[in-house]
Amino acid sequence: MRALLLRDLRLAVRAGGGFGLGLAFFLIVVVLVPFGLGPDRALLSSIAPGMLWVAALLAALLTLDRLFALDHEDGALPLLATAPLPLEGLVAAKAAAHWLTTGLPLTLAAPLLGPLLALPPGAWPWLLASLAIGTPALSLIGTFGAALTIGIRRGGLLLSLIVLPLYVPTLIFGAEMARRGAAGLPIGAALPMLAALTLGCLALLPFAAAAALRVNLR
Amino acid sequence: MSLWEYANPKKFTETVTPLIPWVLGLAAICLVASLIWGVFFTPEDYRQGATVKIIYLHVPSALMAINAWFMMLVASLIWLVRRHHVSALAAKAAAPVGMVMVLIAIATGAIWGKPMWGTYWAWDPRLTSFLILFLFYLGYMALWAAVDDADTAADLTSVLCIVGSVFAVLSRYAVLFWNQGLHQGASLSLDAEEHVADVFYYPLLVSIAGFVLLFLGLVLLRTRSEIALRRAAALDRRAEARAAATTGEPA
Repeated sequence: MRALLLRDLRLAVRAGGGFGLGLAFFLIVVVLVPFGLGPDRALLSSIAPGMLWVAALLAALLTLDRLFALDHEDGALPLLATAPLPLEGLVAAKAAAHWLTTGLPLTLAAPLLGPLLALPPGAWPWLLASLAIGTPALSLIGTFGAALTIGIRRGGLLLSLIVLPLYVPTLIFGAEMARRGAAGLPIGAALPMLAALTLGCLALLPFAAAAALRVNLR
Repeated sequence: MSLWEYANPKKFTETVTPLIPWVLGLAAICLVASLIWGVFFTPEDYRQGATVKIIYLHVPSALMAINAWFMMLVASLIWLVRRHHVSALAAKAAAPVGMVMVLIAIATGAIWGKPMWGTYWAWDPRLTSFLILFLFYLGYMALWAAVDDADTAADLTSVLCIVGSVFAVLSRYAVLFWNQGLHQGASLSLDAEEHVADVFYYPLLVSIAGFVLLFLGLVLLRTRSEIALRRAAALDRRAEARAAATTGEPA
């Protein structure tokens, strides 16, 4: 499992792996928002936590279709499936690699982009925490979606149609936590709910994704 | 004699074909009766005026929109456990019907909302949940359409339906947490605390019966045509294989 994780990380970081792509996309979305809404600082600062969350979500979505597709195309996936590692473990390793190459960099980059959207200074620890807790759920849900659509040519659009509605609860709890933190309100149930969501996804979705992979590799 | 005998496509088709006109006819009678009763023979609400009468379309369609997804979930589970093709096809057949029910509920709600709430749309928890449910239906149908192999498609959509159900329930509660509601409480519930008045209640029940029958009839009809399509595709494949065998070319 560790070997697989390291292999995926190495593939992602090297040329053509799309490691920087998600980050660059995140940056571009954040830059485009003020162009669309005008440079009013009060408006921007009130929407900053939510906008950063939506941008992170879209950036995570962007890199999903290459999660299994490259291995599927060059025939590595059936080999990986016959390895002694159970398919659930393979899925978990893939999701972990996806999180380490998109979720984690996005989380670390979000506070740096905060000033662009006039994020209040007290808000960035909450934003950082909510993204750190919430993005693993995004990677796991995305892995499930990618496993479902693996056999479909040009499945990227379908993938987003399937995955984005599944992202709704994560987005709500994550953005709510960041928003409340930014406004100095008590966090309330948002933090435990977000954590519960991530842990639940971690516990259950690898099985669903592995089931989908088994069907697709049959 | 068990229920599972009807999982045989031939037996299913033979049983269902004479039933469909009756079910749809009964649905039409219920709907026409309840709408005439509801629209012309019930009083206007003291606050909502005549707009209250949209309840006879709005509540049953919303009810069926959720129950259709639930039926798809049950059918998907039956497919995954017992591998009955009719079950998978019934889930496939129910999805567009359920999606239209969502659309009817949202559209009637919007039409009612404009005079009553002053807006067609509000980001109210119930409204938002229905929009999300609509997206789930779209994703489910798109996945059916995208996968070529029928059994693979049935398996994948079943898995999606189960995971989607969990996330649909999660979204429902997440949305409640996210925004306060504008929508009134339940129109129908077993405890009589929250309840519409009896004058509206009885025609509403007839209308709900009509919608249930309509849903049932449409799903049976669509399942039957899916079975026929599947059989036609199998016959096509067989004919092609035979043609290839006689000409000596590999299929």
